[in-house]
Amino acid sequence: MISDMKVEDIVGEYRETTLELYGGIKRKVYYTDIETTYPDGKLIVSSTDPAGIITHVNRSFVEMSGYSEDELMGAPQSILRHPDMPPAAFKDLWDTVQRGEKWRGYVKNLRKDGGYYWVKATVIPNVRGGKVTGYTSVRRKPSRTRVQECIMLYPALF
Amino acid sequence: MPFMFSVSPDFTPEHLSGWYIFNTWLQKQTGLGIHLEMYDDFQTQRAAIQAGQIDLIYANPFDAAMLVREKGFLPLVKAEGKSDEAIIAVAAESAVHDVADLLPGTRVAFTDDPDVHLMGMIMLEPGDLDKDNIQSMPVDSYVLVAKHLLKGDADVGIFLAEAYDDLSVMVKKQLRILVRSQISVIHHALMVGPKLQDQREAIRDTLLAMPDDEKGRGVLSSLGFQAWQTVTDENMEFMIDLMDTLNT
Repeated sequence: MISDMKVEDIVGEYRETTLELYGGIKRKVYYTDIETTYPDGKLIVSSTDPAGIITHVNRSFVEMSGYSEDELMGAPQSILRHPDMPPAAFKDLWDTVQRGEKWRGYVKNLRKDGGYYWVKATVIPNVRGGKVTGYTSVRRKPSRTRVQECIMLYPALF
Repeated sequence: MPFMFSVSPDFTPEHLSGWYIFNTWLQKQTGLGIHLEMYDDFQTQRAAIQAGQIDLIYANPFDAAMLVREKGFLPLVKAEGKSDEAIIAVAAESAVHDVADLLPGTRVAFTDDPDVHLMGMIMLEPGDLDKDNIQSMPVDSYVLVAKHLLKGDADVGIFLAEAYDDLSVMVKKQLRILVRSQISVIHHALMVGPKLQDQREAIRDTLLAMPDDEKGRGVLSSLGFQAWQTVTDENMEFMIDLMDTLNT
């Protein structure tokens, strides 16, 4: 399940918009200009079922997203979707992993408090007994240069 | 013909005798004839695996995908509470205080330990460093990585965290940690090959019961840990998937 963000969770001055997520879901989000720096040496790991519903999160995911484990489990991975991310990036992600291939990209994620963090993400299909049973996404600290390139490029992709 | 057992060549030297003690104990407990073959490097060990010569292996996580998906190995156990972590270190007086301060051409000393190298290179990415723009300095041991940093021959060293922590206090005083990984889910595992798979559960039960008797505890102590812990097929598949995401 995914619900609109709550104003009372937001820290700092915010803007609001409504995102159209995969499956025709609409979500009102509030977002700020406050960046949380990706911690050195950690990986954010999560798994989803084939429909993109979160089935596993590690501690770093919980810490960086600002959500509790209970809030994340059963939610769509798009709970982290930031309005600055072009929908084309996620279409490419889904098209790639549904072909059974690995997807990599630089992603700006939205925190529960409206802030954001950049990651280098890799998503792979989990193949068990020849069938795709879900997807695992591993995020690591990105290169600042690559992030700067994405900040320049992504607005052109809307 | 005895079954062949091998250990990832990145074992810590002080535990070499421990693996021989473990093999003797395992043969006695299981009644199986098992020969322990230690290889000097990963390349030689991988050639033996490819030739189908290995039946039981304490494997580096980097090789897990090949063992499971190409050679039909299945996981048994891992050392309880242990995971492989990497450290990026510099000389104590180095001007570098953040990976982001590093520049192309940085001289990086590392061993051929494949999972630690992979984790270390990932931790250098935020500094825009990759295998194509660093000066690689492969060496044979973590002590030599430290030596290169102390002599100023290398700017950065990639260590297995356990090996770094085991360096003498005097050496560590002259080094400084830039980043220590906190990944927690990458670990070595004991795995059985196709010829031993009908013994899998019996061997696992025997291993899990080791802490229950004094001799078993002594053998574990010689390996540097207190107990084995089950690795399920799904645990292993998850780690293989995770390694796959990192190996890009």
